[in-house]
Amino acid sequence: MGVEQKLGNMGVVTTTLEQAVNWSRTRAMWPMLFGLACCAIEMMATQASHYDMSRFGMELMRPSPRQSDLMIVAGRVSRKMAPVLRRLYDQMPEPKWVISMGDCASCGGVFNNYAIMQGVDEVVPVDVYVAGCPPRPEGLIHGIVTLYEEVRSMKFAEVK
Amino acid sequence: MLNLRVLMDKKLQAIVQKLEKEFGATASEYRGNVTLVIPAEHVEAACKKMQELGFELLSAMTAVDYWPQENPRFHVIYQFTSVSKNLSLTLRVPVPGINPGLPTVSHLYRNANWREREIWDMFGIKFAGHPDLRRILMPADWEGHPLRKDYPLGYEEPQFTFNFEEIDLRKPYAKE
Repeated sequence: MGVEQKLGNMGVVTTTLEQAVNWSRTRAMWPMLFGLACCAIEMMATQASHYDMSRFGMELMRPSPRQSDLMIVAGRVSRKMAPVLRRLYDQMPEPKWVISMGDCASCGGVFNNYAIMQGVDEVVPVDVYVAGCPPRPEGLIHGIVTLYEEVRSMKFAEVK
Repeated sequence: MLNLRVLMDKKLQAIVQKLEKEFGATASEYRGNVTLVIPAEHVEAACKKMQELGFELLSAMTAVDYWPQENPRFHVIYQFTSVSKNLSLTLRVPVPGINPGLPTVSHLYRNANWREREIWDMFGIKFAGHPDLRRILMPADWEGHPLRKDYPLGYEEPQFTFNFEEIDLRKPYAKE
């Protein structure tokens, strides 16, 4: 910030490439539509105008995994849906992140039985877990902001 | 038994009497719904008879597991509705627990196809003559039949703070 003020008149800012790339990644991260159950309603509410997710760069949600970088798994994942989830995760281009939204995606939630996967981290690696049943829109936004802070501190050497 | 006859519809009464005589069924009635218990060897003939008597719709088909209280263990329940006569009737078929099986009725009632697949998936009752008997709700390579009473109720041990680490070591996390 200090550098900007000093050189503001000249229109020049100095930064590292890592910081610039990470900043731009957080400013336009497109989530993939993966609303499965009740948490999807809260995700839709967060995307709508009252709690706006476009302020965080998520202007639109791409249904295609090839055009998105963030997968918000919103809702319970059944055992039959698990290979489909993994396939869609594999189809996303690098760099990609996963937010597991809600209790069912994080740990199985209220469903401790044969049909529901006990946490989506059995098939995909998760970056941020958002708790709640369903999490309030502010909760999801807090999860997104936490993810952004993690992305801002990523180093190039860590990218797989 | 007197109450039973008084409450039933006249048409239904005639049908119930016919089925009782032909298949050795026992009738019971609860809040206006009539149930007939039919032995397993007469299932296909009884369903054919129901179709002839005007019950063109198999509205529901399911199964119950009464282990360990009752033997035979499974009851397969067929619920028929006659749209033309505005009647409904239920058939119960007791099925023993060892090698449970019944003849299929999917050639008589087309919608029995998926319901028999669901009963196979959840209870393990095989339907002889079914064109495509495979799992419908669980993944294809699943072992076990979940809705039986001896299938475990929960899937994993809940993690509390005192056993968090030991369960965490056993949890199947995904590789990247």
